[in-house]
Amino acid sequence: MKIIKLGEKITAANDREAEALRQRLKEKGILLINLMSAAGSGKTTLLSRIIKDMKETRIGVMEADIASDVDAVRIEALGARAIQVHTNGMCHMDAGMTAEAVDALGDDELDLIFLENVGNLICPAEYDTGAGKKLMILSVPEGDDKPLKYPLMFMESDALVISKMDAREFFPFDMEAFTDRVRILNPDIKIFPVSAKTGEGMEALEGWLSEALEEWRS
Amino acid sequence: MHEMGIVLHLAKTLDQTAAEEKLSRISKVTLQVGEVSGIITDLFVDAWNYFKPRHPVLADSELVLEEIPAVTWCDSCKSKYETVRYGRTCPYCGSGETWLLQGNECVIKEIEAE
Ligand SMILES: Nc1nc2c(ncn2[C@@H]2O[C@H](COP(=O)(O)OP(=O)(O)OP(=O)(O)O)[C@@H](O)[C@H]2O)c(=O)[nH]1
Ligand SMILES: [Mg+2]
Ligand SMILES: [Zn+2]
Repeated sequence: MKIIKLGEKITAANDREAEALRQRLKEKGILLINLMSAAGSGKTTLLSRIIKDMKETRIGVMEADIASDVDAVRIEALGARAIQVHTNGMCHMDAGMTAEAVDALGDDELDLIFLENVGNLICPAEYDTGAGKKLMILSVPEGDDKPLKYPLMFMESDALVISKMDAREFFPFDMEAFTDRVRILNPDIKIFPVSAKTGEGMEALEGWLSEALEEWRS
Repeated sequence: MHEMGIVLHLAKTLDQTAAEEKLSRISKVTLQVGEVSGIITDLFVDAWNYFKPRHPVLADSELVLEEIPAVTWCDSCKSKYETVRYGRTCPYCGSGETWLLQGNECVIKEIEAE
């Protein structure tokens, strides 16, 4: 009998798989973006808009959902390569599932791969999927208090999209208080107020995506 | 369920450790769980009992959970306070410029094995 001191994170095995996937994609020059938000914040709608706008970028999408197929069907209808991944009840994607999904999607002739994570503001932020960048969405109707209640995703993300800006007049959303709360958690996060419906703010977001891809490849 | 996912990853990490260290049986696993890690102990133990028989090295393994208290640091007045009692706002100076020092971790401290 021996005692082994580990001091290791519970997710250590996952983190190693994530690092391996990140390296593999880096060598191929593909940037994987982990797109996270609560259910219904506008992930699929935003991706649809990005695919329509960024015609010169080859985009693949992996739609993770607990059970349904509707999101992948929406993306494929736009002519982009897409697959549906079922998490079989799990509330998040992990690195092993993501690596399998990338294999199923095929990583040839792509620049950007988006992983639309399961709609959930909590768990997806806790697992490294192997993505090169993490992008999160908070929609105006969800309210400006979410960074206080669910800080981790705000802390972990490289960029934040404030979506459904066209609906702002109908909701008591204090933009200044919200961005202050976010910046306390994560001073470096990029913030993009956007409406996927009117197109407001999309250019800045797409500029960031192009820069991130260039930086990933350099 | 959230705890299910965590235990799944724990079991995976332990399987890997067992393979690397050539262990045949892990008899005890000690975890350090932060007070504000969001882990619900009862659900965690249920999930552990569900996964255990599915991983041969863990089949009769005992789980020990040690709690790490949550402590927040205030950047404005440079003091520490109890997170759970006062939240994000410093009880000494009222500042919101506060950071969690410890209490959201979830770490495998040690295992007993052969
Ligand atoms: N007004 C407005 N509505 C939007 C916008 N973006 C998305 N929506 C609406 O919000 C609803 C949810 O959008 P989805 O894109 O399906 O959201 P999702 O995050 O992919 O949802 P899940 O995959 O179920 O988590 C739909 O009814 C969209 O039409 C927007 O910019 N403005
Ligand atoms: Mg969707
Ligand atoms: Zn203070």
